[in-house]
Amino acid sequence: MRHLLSTKGLSQGEAIRLLDIAEDMADVADREVKKLPTLRGKTVVNLFFEDSTRTRISFEAAAKRLSADVINFSAKGSSVSKGESLKDTAQTLAAMGADGVVIRHPASGAPHVLAESGWIDAGIINAGDGTHEHPTQALLDAFTIRRRLHRGAARGKGLDGVTVTIVGDILHSRVARSNLWLLTTLGAHVTLIAPPTLLPMDMSGWPAESGFDLDAAIDAGPDVVMMLRIQQERMNAAFFPNSREYSRRWGLDDERFGRLAPTTIVMHPGPMNRGLEISSAAADSAGSTVREQVANGVSVRMAALYLLLSGDREDS
Amino acid sequence: MARTVLNQADIARALTRISHEILESNRGAENLVILGIPTRGVVLARRIAETIQRIEPTATNVRVGSLDVTMYRDDLGHTRTRTPSRTLVPGSIDGVTVVLVDDVLYSGRTIRAALDALGDHGRPTIVRLAVLVDRGHRELPIRADFVGKNLPSSTAERINLHLLEVDGDEFVSIDGGPPGGEHPDGVDTEAAS
Repeated sequence: MRHLLSTKGLSQGEAIRLLDIAEDMADVADREVKKLPTLRGKTVVNLFFEDSTRTRISFEAAAKRLSADVINFSAKGSSVSKGESLKDTAQTLAAMGADGVVIRHPASGAPHVLAESGWIDAGIINAGDGTHEHPTQALLDAFTIRRRLHRGAARGKGLDGVTVTIVGDILHSRVARSNLWLLTTLGAHVTLIAPPTLLPMDMSGWPAESGFDLDAAIDAGPDVVMMLRIQQERMNAAFFPNSREYSRRWGLDDERFGRLAPTTIVMHPGPMNRGLEISSAAADSAGSTVREQVANGVSVRMAALYLLLSGDREDS
Repeated sequence: MARTVLNQADIARALTRISHEILESNRGAENLVILGIPTRGVVLARRIAETIQRIEPTATNVRVGSLDVTMYRDDLGHTRTRTPSRTLVPGSIDGVTVVLVDDVLYSGRTIRAALDALGDHGRPTIVRLAVLVDRGHRELPIRADFVGKNLPSSTAERINLHLLEVDGDEFVSIDGGPPGGEHPDGVDTEAAS
Protein backbone atom coordinates (compact mmCIF):
# COMPACT_ATOMS: atom_id res chain seq x y z
CA MET A 1 0.00 0.00 0.00
CA ARG A 2 1.53 3.33 -1.05
CA HIS A 3 -1.07 5.75 0.27
CA LEU A 4 -4.30 5.54 2.25
CA LEU A 5 -6.53 8.18 0.68
CA SER A 6 -9.99 6.65 0.70
CA THR A 7 -11.82 3.46 1.58
CA LYS A 8 -13.60 3.44 -1.76
CA GLY A 9 -10.72 1.87 -3.62
CA LEU A 10 -9.87 -0.61 -0.89
CA SER A 11 -10.45 -4.26 -1.77
CA GLN A 12 -11.96 -6.65 0.74
CA GLY A 13 -8.64 -8.48 1.03
CA GLU A 14 -6.70 -5.29 1.70
CA ALA A 15 -9.22 -4.12 4.27
CA ILE A 16 -9.22 -7.42 6.16
CA ARG A 17 -5.41 -7.52 6.06
CA LEU A 18 -5.26 -4.07 7.62
CA LEU A 19 -7.80 -5.00 10.30
CA ASP A 20 -5.89 -8.20 11.08
CA ILE A 21 -2.64 -6.27 11.48
CA ALA A 22 -4.53 -3.86 13.75
CA GLU A 23 -5.40 -6.87 15.94
CA ASP A 24 -1.68 -7.59 16.33
CA MET A 25 -1.08 -3.92 17.10
CA ALA A 26 -3.82 -3.97 19.74
CA ASP A 27 -2.02 -6.87 21.46
CA VAL A 28 1.05 -4.65 21.88
CA ALA A 29 -0.90 -2.45 24.31
CA ASP A 30 -1.13 -5.41 26.73
CA ARG A 31 2.59 -6.05 26.85
CA GLU A 32 5.27 -4.98 29.25
CA VAL A 33 6.91 -2.74 26.64
CA LYS A 34 4.14 -1.06 24.66
CA LYS A 35 6.32 -0.09 21.77
CA LEU A 36 7.63 -1.69 18.59
CA PRO A 37 10.90 -0.77 16.88
CA THR A 38 9.37 -1.19 13.42
CA LEU A 39 9.50 2.40 12.09
CA ARG A 40 12.69 3.45 13.84
CA GLY A 41 14.35 6.21 11.85
CA LYS A 42 11.20 7.13 9.92
CA THR A 43 9.61 10.54 10.23
CA VAL A 44 5.85 11.05 10.23
CA VAL A 45 4.45 14.55 9.80
CA ASN A 46 0.97 15.37 11.07
CA LEU A 47 -0.11 18.07 8.67
CA PHE A 48 -3.35 19.50 10.04
CA PHE A 49 -5.07 22.35 8.23
CA GLU A 50 -8.15 21.84 10.44
CA ASP A 51 -8.24 21.53 14.19
CA SER A 52 -8.65 18.00 15.43
CA THR A 53 -6.94 17.20 18.66
CA ARG A 54 -8.35 13.68 18.87
CA THR A 55 -7.31 12.51 15.44
CA ARG A 56 -3.93 14.16 15.70
CA ILE A 57 -3.02 12.64 19.05
CA SER A 58 -4.31 9.27 17.89
CA PHE A 59 -1.94 9.37 14.90
CA GLU A 60 0.82 10.71 17.11
CA ALA A 61 0.40 7.87 19.60
CA ALA A 62 0.29 5.33 16.76
CA ALA A 63 3.47 6.63 15.16
CA LYS A 64 5.28 6.79 18.50
CA ARG A 65 4.30 3.23 19.41
CA LEU A 66 6.00 2.19 16.19
CA SER A 67 9.10 4.23 17.16
CA ALA A 68 8.72 6.77 14.35
CA ASP A 69 9.65 10.40 14.92
CA VAL A 70 6.61 12.68 14.83
CA ILE A 71 6.46 16.28 13.72
CA ASN A 72 3.20 18.14 14.29
CA PHE A 73 2.38 20.86 11.85
CA SER A 74 -0.82 22.78 12.34
CA ALA A 75 -1.87 25.46 9.93
CA LYS A 76 -2.77 27.97 12.61
CA GLY A 77 0.12 30.25 13.35
CA SER A 78 2.26 28.62 10.68
CA SER A 79 3.53 29.71 7.31
CA VAL A 80 0.18 28.60 5.86
CA SER A 81 -1.58 31.45 7.63
CA LYS A 82 0.97 33.71 5.93
CA GLY A 83 -0.23 32.44 2.56
CA GLU A 84 2.03 29.49 1.78
CA SER A 85 0.58 27.12 -0.81
CA LEU A 86 0.09 23.38 -0.29
CA LYS A 87 2.83 22.81 -2.85
CA ASP A 88 5.40 24.85 -0.94
CA THR A 89 4.40 23.22 2.33
CA ALA A 90 4.73 19.77 0.77
CA GLN A 91 8.12 20.56 -0.70
CA THR A 92 9.29 21.89 2.64
CA LEU A 93 8.27 18.63 4.30
CA ALA A 94 9.97 16.65 1.52
CA ALA A 95 13.15 18.61 2.06
CA MET A 96 12.97 17.74 5.75
CA GLY A 97 12.84 14.06 4.85
CA ALA A 98 9.29 13.13 5.82
CA ASP A 99 8.55 9.45 5.15
CA GLY A 100 4.85 9.71 5.91
CA VAL A 101 2.41 12.61 5.91
CA VAL A 102 -0.89 12.48 7.75
CA ILE A 103 -3.01 15.24 6.29
CA ARG A 104 -6.29 16.79 7.34
CA HIS A 105 -7.58 19.50 5.06
CA PRO A 106 -10.87 21.39 4.65
CA ALA A 107 -10.77 20.89 0.89
CA SER A 108 -11.98 17.56 -0.48
CA GLY A 109 -9.22 15.97 -2.52
CA ALA A 110 -6.26 17.74 -0.93
CA PRO A 111 -4.62 14.42 0.10
CA HIS A 112 -5.00 13.15 -3.48
CA VAL A 113 -3.25 16.24 -4.77
CA LEU A 114 -0.43 15.66 -2.32
CA ALA A 115 -0.14 11.98 -3.28
CA GLU A 116 -0.23 12.45 -7.03
CA SER A 117 1.51 15.77 -7.57
CA GLY A 118 5.03 14.45 -7.20
CA TRP A 119 5.86 17.28 -4.79
CA ILE A 120 6.70 14.80 -2.10
CA ASP A 121 7.60 11.10 -2.17
CA ALA A 122 6.15 10.25 1.25
CA GLY A 123 3.28 7.91 2.00
CA ILE A 124 0.12 9.97 2.43
CA ILE A 125 -2.66 9.14 4.90
CA ASN A 126 -5.91 11.03 4.58
CA ALA A 127 -7.03 12.05 8.06
CA GLY A 128 -10.16 13.77 6.76
CA ASP A 129 -10.58 15.96 3.69
CA GLY A 130 -13.57 18.27 3.37
CA THR A 131 -16.75 16.29 2.92
CA HIS A 132 -14.95 13.49 1.09
CA GLU A 133 -13.41 10.75 3.22
CA HIS A 134 -11.87 9.88 6.58
CA PRO A 135 -10.61 6.35 5.94
CA THR A 136 -8.93 5.59 9.28
CA GLN A 137 -12.13 6.49 11.14
CA ALA A 138 -14.08 4.00 9.02
CA LEU A 139 -11.38 1.37 9.52
CA LEU A 140 -11.47 1.81 13.29
CA ASP A 141 -15.27 1.63 13.23
CA ALA A 142 -15.16 -1.60 11.21
CA PHE A 143 -12.46 -2.93 13.55
CA THR A 144 -14.62 -2.07 16.58
CA ILE A 145 -17.72 -3.78 15.13
CA ARG A 146 -15.72 -6.86 14.16
CA ARG A 147 -14.17 -7.13 17.62
CA ARG A 148 -17.53 -6.73 19.35
CA LEU A 149 -19.09 -9.43 17.20
CA HIS A 150 -16.27 -11.97 17.12
CA ARG A 151 -14.16 -11.17 20.23
CA GLY A 152 -10.86 -13.02 20.05
CA ALA A 153 -11.75 -14.84 16.83
CA ALA A 154 -12.07 -11.72 14.66
CA ARG A 155 -9.00 -12.30 12.51
CA GLY A 156 -9.64 -12.97 8.85
CA LYS A 157 -13.33 -12.18 9.10
CA GLY A 158 -15.42 -9.57 7.27
CA LEU A 159 -18.75 -8.13 8.35
CA ASP A 160 -21.00 -10.32 6.24
CA GLY A 161 -24.69 -9.69 6.85
CA VAL A 162 -24.17 -7.10 9.60
CA THR A 163 -26.77 -4.31 9.40
CA VAL A 164 -25.48 -0.82 10.15
CA THR A 165 -27.65 2.28 10.44
CA ILE A 166 -25.80 5.60 10.20
CA VAL A 167 -27.76 8.57 11.51
CA GLY A 168 -27.04 12.28 11.18
CA ASP A 169 -25.50 14.77 8.82
CA ILE A 170 -24.89 12.42 5.89
CA LEU A 171 -24.59 15.33 3.46
CA HIS A 172 -21.42 16.76 5.01
CA SER A 173 -20.04 13.68 6.72
CA ARG A 174 -16.80 12.19 5.49
CA VAL A 175 -17.10 9.61 8.24
CA ALA A 176 -20.40 8.41 6.74
CA ARG A 177 -18.91 8.22 3.26
CA SER A 178 -15.82 6.29 4.30
CA ASN A 179 -17.93 3.95 6.40
CA LEU A 180 -20.39 3.39 3.60
CA TRP A 181 -17.71 2.19 1.19
CA LEU A 182 -15.72 0.18 3.69
CA LEU A 183 -18.60 -1.52 5.49
CA THR A 184 -20.20 -2.44 2.16
CA THR A 185 -16.90 -3.87 0.91
CA LEU A 186 -16.72 -5.95 4.07
CA GLY A 187 -20.20 -7.35 3.43
CA ALA A 188 -22.36 -5.22 5.72
CA HIS A 189 -25.68 -3.58 4.77
CA VAL A 190 -25.74 0.15 5.39
CA THR A 191 -28.82 2.33 5.94
CA LEU A 192 -28.47 6.11 6.06
CA ILE A 193 -30.95 8.12 8.11
CA ALA A 194 -31.02 11.93 8.09
CA PRO A 195 -33.28 14.95 7.78
CA PRO A 196 -34.11 15.49 4.08
CA THR A 197 -31.93 18.59 4.07
CA LEU A 198 -28.92 16.59 5.24
CA LEU A 199 -29.04 13.81 2.66
CA PRO A 200 -27.27 14.26 -0.68
CA MET A 201 -29.56 15.00 -3.63
CA ASP A 202 -28.38 12.10 -5.75
CA MET A 203 -27.47 8.90 -3.94
CA SER A 204 -27.98 6.56 -6.88
CA GLY A 205 -24.34 5.50 -6.90
CA TRP A 206 -24.32 4.70 -3.19
CA PRO A 207 -24.72 1.07 -2.14
CA ALA A 208 -27.07 1.97 0.71
CA GLU A 209 -30.70 2.47 1.56
CA SER A 210 -31.70 5.83 2.91
CA GLY A 211 -34.61 7.30 4.80
CA PHE A 212 -35.80 10.13 7.01
CA ASP A 213 -37.48 8.12 9.76
CA LEU A 214 -35.23 7.13 12.65
CA ASP A 215 -38.04 5.35 14.54
CA ALA A 216 -38.68 2.99 11.65
CA ALA A 217 -34.94 2.35 11.32
CA ILE A 218 -34.70 1.54 15.04
CA ASP A 219 -37.67 -0.81 14.89
CA ALA A 220 -35.98 -2.65 12.02
CA GLY A 221 -33.52 -3.89 14.65
CA PRO A 222 -30.09 -3.03 13.22
CA ASP A 223 -26.95 -4.70 14.61
CA VAL A 224 -25.16 -1.35 14.77
CA VAL A 225 -26.40 2.22 15.20
CA MET A 226 -23.82 4.86 14.39
CA MET A 227 -24.69 8.40 15.44
CA LEU A 228 -22.86 11.24 13.71
CA ARG A 229 -21.90 14.50 15.32
CA ILE A 230 -23.99 17.52 14.44
CA GLN A 231 -21.53 20.32 13.75
CA GLN A 232 -22.29 23.60 15.46
CA GLU A 233 -22.01 25.55 12.21
CA ARG A 234 -24.81 23.48 10.63
CA MET A 235 -27.25 24.54 13.31
CA ASN A 236 -27.26 28.12 12.12
CA ALA A 237 -27.45 27.24 8.44
CA ALA A 238 -31.15 26.33 8.30
CA PHE A 239 -30.68 22.61 7.67
CA PHE A 240 -33.13 22.02 10.50
CA PRO A 241 -35.21 24.42 12.60
CA ASN A 242 -33.34 24.09 15.89
CA SER A 243 -31.33 21.63 17.89
CA ARG A 244 -34.29 20.60 20.03
CA GLU A 245 -36.28 19.54 17.02
CA TYR A 246 -33.28 17.69 15.59
CA SER A 247 -32.80 15.88 18.87
CA ARG A 248 -36.47 14.90 19.06
CA ARG A 249 -36.63 13.46 15.55
CA TRP A 250 -33.10 12.24 14.82
CA GLY A 251 -31.43 11.92 18.20
CA LEU A 252 -30.82 8.59 19.94
CA ASP A 253 -32.71 9.53 23.11
CA ASP A 254 -33.46 7.29 26.08
CA GLU A 255 -36.79 6.14 24.67
CA ARG A 256 -35.35 5.09 21.30
CA PHE A 257 -32.32 3.56 22.95
CA GLY A 258 -34.67 1.50 25.15
CA ARG A 259 -36.29 0.05 22.06
CA LEU A 260 -33.00 -1.27 20.69
CA ALA A 261 -32.05 -4.87 21.37
CA PRO A 262 -29.55 -5.08 24.24
CA THR A 263 -26.96 -6.53 21.87
CA THR A 264 -27.10 -3.52 19.56
CA ILE A 265 -23.76 -1.77 19.17
CA VAL A 266 -24.02 2.02 19.63
CA MET A 267 -21.22 4.00 18.01
CA HIS A 268 -20.20 7.62 17.79
CA PRO A 269 -16.98 8.97 16.23
CA GLY A 270 -16.72 11.70 18.91
CA PRO A 271 -16.70 14.28 20.20
CA MET A 272 -20.32 13.78 21.28
CA ASN A 273 -22.99 16.40 21.78
CA ARG A 274 -24.67 14.68 24.71
CA GLY A 275 -28.39 15.32 24.73
CA LEU A 276 -28.38 16.36 21.08
CA GLU A 277 -27.63 13.44 18.78
CA ILE A 278 -27.11 10.91 21.59
CA SER A 279 -28.38 10.70 25.16
CA SER A 280 -26.03 10.10 28.05
CA ALA A 281 -27.75 6.79 28.86
CA ALA A 282 -27.04 5.55 25.33
CA ALA A 283 -23.50 6.92 25.26
CA ASP A 284 -22.55 5.32 28.57
CA SER A 285 -24.39 2.01 28.05
CA ALA A 286 -22.78 -1.40 27.77
CA GLY A 287 -23.60 -1.41 24.07
CA SER A 288 -21.73 1.84 23.51
CA THR A 289 -18.29 1.54 21.91
CA VAL A 290 -17.34 5.20 22.14
CA ARG A 291 -14.30 4.64 24.34
CA GLU A 292 -13.30 1.44 22.53
CA GLN A 293 -13.34 3.39 19.29
CA VAL A 294 -10.72 5.75 20.68
CA ALA A 295 -8.46 2.91 21.82
CA ASN A 296 -8.95 1.00 18.57
CA GLY A 297 -8.13 4.14 16.61
CA VAL A 298 -4.52 3.91 17.74
CA SER A 299 -4.25 0.23 16.73
CA VAL A 300 -5.80 0.81 13.31
CA ARG A 301 -3.57 3.82 12.65
CA MET A 302 -0.52 1.79 13.66
CA ALA A 303 -1.55 -0.82 11.09
CA ALA A 304 -1.98 1.85 8.41
CA LEU A 305 1.40 3.43 9.18
CA TYR A 306 3.02 -0.01 9.18
CA LEU A 307 1.56 -0.92 5.79
CA LEU A 308 2.53 2.41 4.24
CA LEU A 309 5.98 2.93 5.68
CA SER A 310 7.58 -0.44 6.43
CA GLY A 311 8.15 -2.00 3.02
CA ASP A 312 10.39 -1.00 0.16
CA ARG A 313 8.54 1.99 -1.31
CA GLU A 314 9.73 1.14 -4.81
CA ASP A 315 8.11 -2.29 -4.64
CA SER A 316 4.74 -1.42 -3.17
CA MET B 1 14.79 -32.08 -8.27
CA ALA B 2 13.94 -32.31 -4.60
CA ARG B 3 15.69 -34.88 -2.45
CA THR B 4 13.91 -35.87 0.73
CA VAL B 5 16.15 -35.63 3.77
CA LEU B 6 13.65 -36.29 6.54
CA ASN B 7 10.31 -38.05 6.26
CA GLN B 8 7.41 -37.77 8.66
CA ALA B 9 8.72 -40.49 10.99
CA ASP B 10 12.19 -38.90 11.04
CA ILE B 11 10.67 -35.56 12.00
CA ALA B 12 8.67 -37.18 14.81
CA ARG B 13 11.82 -38.89 16.13
CA ALA B 14 13.82 -35.67 15.96
CA LEU B 15 11.14 -33.78 17.89
CA THR B 16 10.96 -36.52 20.51
CA ARG B 17 14.73 -36.31 21.00
CA ILE B 18 14.61 -32.50 21.20
CA SER B 19 11.85 -32.78 23.83
CA HIS B 20 14.02 -35.12 25.92
CA GLU B 21 16.98 -32.80 25.56
CA ILE B 22 14.93 -29.79 26.65
CA LEU B 23 13.73 -31.70 29.73
CA GLU B 24 17.26 -32.82 30.50
CA SER B 25 18.76 -29.34 30.26
CA ASN B 26 15.87 -27.79 32.20
CA ARG B 27 15.83 -30.65 34.76
CA GLY B 28 12.12 -31.22 34.27
CA ALA B 29 9.22 -29.26 32.90
CA GLU B 30 8.96 -26.61 35.61
CA ASN B 31 9.24 -22.92 34.69
CA LEU B 32 9.29 -23.75 31.02
CA VAL B 33 7.70 -21.67 28.27
CA ILE B 34 7.93 -22.88 24.69
CA LEU B 35 7.48 -20.18 22.06
CA GLY B 36 7.25 -20.98 18.36
CA ILE B 37 8.14 -18.51 15.64
CA PRO B 38 5.33 -18.35 13.03
CA THR B 39 4.36 -20.09 10.95
CA ARG B 40 5.91 -23.54 11.22
CA GLY B 41 7.79 -22.89 14.42
CA VAL B 42 4.44 -22.58 16.21
CA VAL B 43 3.39 -26.04 15.00
CA LEU B 44 6.71 -27.51 16.12
CA ALA B 45 6.47 -25.76 19.50
CA ARG B 46 3.03 -27.23 20.07
CA ARG B 47 4.25 -30.73 19.22
CA ILE B 48 7.26 -30.39 21.49
CA ALA B 49 4.99 -29.23 24.33
CA GLU B 50 2.71 -32.23 23.80
CA THR B 51 5.65 -34.58 23.77
CA ILE B 52 7.05 -33.08 26.97
CA GLN B 53 3.65 -33.48 28.59
CA ARG B 54 3.65 -37.13 27.54
CA ILE B 55 7.16 -37.78 28.84
CA GLU B 56 6.48 -36.04 32.15
CA PRO B 57 2.83 -36.67 32.96
CA THR B 58 3.31 -35.02 36.36
CA ALA B 59 4.21 -31.69 34.77
CA THR B 60 1.27 -29.44 35.59
CA ASN B 61 1.14 -27.28 32.53
CA VAL B 62 3.72 -26.85 29.85
CA ARG B 63 3.12 -23.34 28.56
CA VAL B 64 3.28 -22.92 24.82
CA GLY B 65 2.74 -19.89 22.60
CA SER B 66 3.85 -18.00 19.54
CA LEU B 67 6.20 -15.07 19.06
CA ASP B 68 5.92 -13.10 15.84
CA VAL B 69 9.11 -11.28 14.89
CA THR B 70 7.95 -9.34 11.82
CA MET B 71 7.99 -5.97 13.56
CA TYR B 72 11.55 -6.56 14.78
CA ARG B 73 13.16 -7.61 11.48
CA ASP B 74 16.14 -5.66 10.19
CA ASP B 75 15.12 -5.95 6.54
CA LEU B 76 11.69 -4.29 6.68
CA GLY B 77 12.72 -1.46 4.41
CA HIS B 78 14.22 -3.74 1.79
CA THR B 79 11.41 -6.14 0.95
CA ARG B 80 7.71 -6.00 0.27
CA THR B 81 5.61 -5.25 3.33
CA ARG B 82 5.27 -8.43 5.35
CA THR B 83 2.03 -9.41 7.00
CA PRO B 84 2.68 -10.13 10.65
CA SER B 85 1.35 -13.21 12.45
CA ARG B 86 -0.12 -13.46 15.87
CA THR B 87 1.91 -13.27 19.05
CA LEU B 88 0.50 -15.20 21.99
CA VAL B 89 2.71 -15.27 25.05
CA PRO B 90 1.11 -17.44 27.73
CA GLY B 91 1.38 -15.45 30.95
CA SER B 92 4.49 -13.80 32.30
CA ILE B 93 7.88 -14.91 31.04
CA ASP B 94 9.81 -13.20 33.83
CA GLY B 95 12.17 -15.61 35.53
CA VAL B 96 11.36 -18.66 33.40
CA THR B 97 13.24 -20.65 30.79
CA VAL B 98 12.03 -19.80 27.32
CA VAL B 99 12.69 -22.22 24.48
CA LEU B 100 12.34 -20.53 21.09
CA VAL B 101 11.36 -22.94 18.34
CA ASP B 102 11.86 -22.35 14.62
CA ASP B 103 11.79 -24.61 11.59
CA VAL B 104 15.01 -23.76 9.76
CA LEU B 105 17.99 -21.90 11.18
CA TYR B 106 19.84 -20.05 8.42
CA SER B 107 21.28 -16.53 8.70
CA GLY B 108 20.26 -16.18 12.35
CA ARG B 109 18.51 -12.86 11.69
CA THR B 110 15.08 -14.19 12.57
CA ILE B 111 16.41 -15.34 15.94
CA ARG B 112 18.06 -11.95 16.50
CA ALA B 113 14.64 -10.36 15.92
CA ALA B 114 13.01 -12.93 18.20
CA LEU B 115 15.42 -12.11 21.04
CA ASP B 116 14.54 -8.41 20.69
CA ALA B 117 10.82 -9.21 20.63
CA LEU B 118 11.18 -11.43 23.67
CA GLY B 119 12.81 -8.63 25.64
CA ASP B 120 9.71 -6.49 25.15
CA HIS B 121 7.56 -9.15 26.79
CA GLY B 122 9.64 -9.69 29.91
CA ARG B 123 12.92 -10.99 31.22
CA PRO B 124 13.35 -14.75 31.06
CA THR B 125 16.16 -16.25 33.12
CA ILE B 126 17.34 -18.41 30.24
CA VAL B 127 16.55 -18.40 26.54
CA ARG B 128 17.29 -21.51 24.47
CA LEU B 129 16.84 -22.20 20.79
CA ALA B 130 15.44 -25.37 19.22
CA VAL B 131 15.30 -25.83 15.43
CA LEU B 132 14.27 -28.74 13.28
CA VAL B 133 16.91 -28.03 10.62
CA ASP B 134 20.17 -26.12 10.88
CA ARG B 135 21.39 -25.39 7.37
CA GLY B 136 24.41 -23.24 8.28
CA HIS B 137 25.43 -19.90 6.70
CA ARG B 138 25.04 -17.85 9.86
CA GLU B 139 25.42 -14.09 9.51
CA LEU B 140 25.23 -13.41 13.24
CA PRO B 141 26.83 -14.99 16.31
CA ILE B 142 23.83 -17.22 17.05
CA ARG B 143 23.65 -20.99 17.48
CA ALA B 144 20.94 -23.48 18.31
CA ASP B 145 20.89 -25.47 21.57
CA PHE B 146 18.70 -28.26 20.21
CA VAL B 147 18.91 -29.32 16.55
CA GLY B 148 16.76 -31.89 14.77
CA LYS B 149 19.12 -32.26 11.86
CA ASN B 150 22.24 -30.49 10.74
CA LEU B 151 21.88 -30.04 7.03
CA PRO B 152 24.95 -28.38 5.58
CA SER B 153 23.82 -26.82 2.31
CA SER B 154 24.95 -24.38 -0.31
CA THR B 155 23.26 -20.99 -0.41
CA ALA B 156 22.08 -21.88 -3.92
CA GLU B 157 20.11 -24.80 -2.58
CA ARG B 158 16.59 -24.59 -1.26
CA ILE B 159 15.38 -26.33 1.87
CA ASN B 160 11.69 -27.24 1.80
CA LEU B 161 10.13 -27.98 5.14
CA HIS B 162 6.51 -29.08 5.10
CA LEU B 163 4.37 -29.83 8.14
CA LEU B 164 1.01 -31.56 8.15
CA GLU B 165 -0.90 -28.78 9.92
CA VAL B 166 0.32 -26.08 7.53
CA ASP B 167 1.04 -27.79 4.23
CA GLY B 168 -1.04 -30.97 4.28
CA ASP B 169 2.03 -33.18 3.93
CA GLU B 170 5.22 -33.59 5.89
CA PHE B 171 8.89 -33.84 4.90
CA VAL B 172 12.16 -31.97 4.69
CA SER B 173 13.74 -31.88 1.27
CA ILE B 174 16.52 -30.07 -0.48
CA ASP B 175 16.68 -29.00 -4.12
CA GLY B 176 18.60 -26.78 -6.50
CA GLY B 177 22.27 -26.27 -5.82
CA PRO B 178 25.35 -26.85 -7.93
CA PRO B 179 24.90 -28.66 -11.27
CA GLY B 180 25.29 -32.42 -11.04
CA GLY B 181 24.92 -32.07 -7.33
CA GLU B 182 23.55 -35.45 -6.31
CA HIS B 183 24.77 -35.62 -2.77
CA PRO B 184 24.42 -38.65 -0.59
CA ASP B 185 22.49 -37.95 2.58
CA GLY B 186 24.24 -35.65 4.99
CA VAL B 187 27.26 -34.86 2.84
CA ASP B 188 28.43 -31.28 3.11
CA THR B 189 27.41 -29.68 -0.14
CA GLU B 190 29.21 -26.47 0.73
CA ALA B 191 32.46 -28.10 -0.30
CA ALA B 192 31.06 -28.77 -3.75
CA SER B 193 29.85 -25.24 -4.38
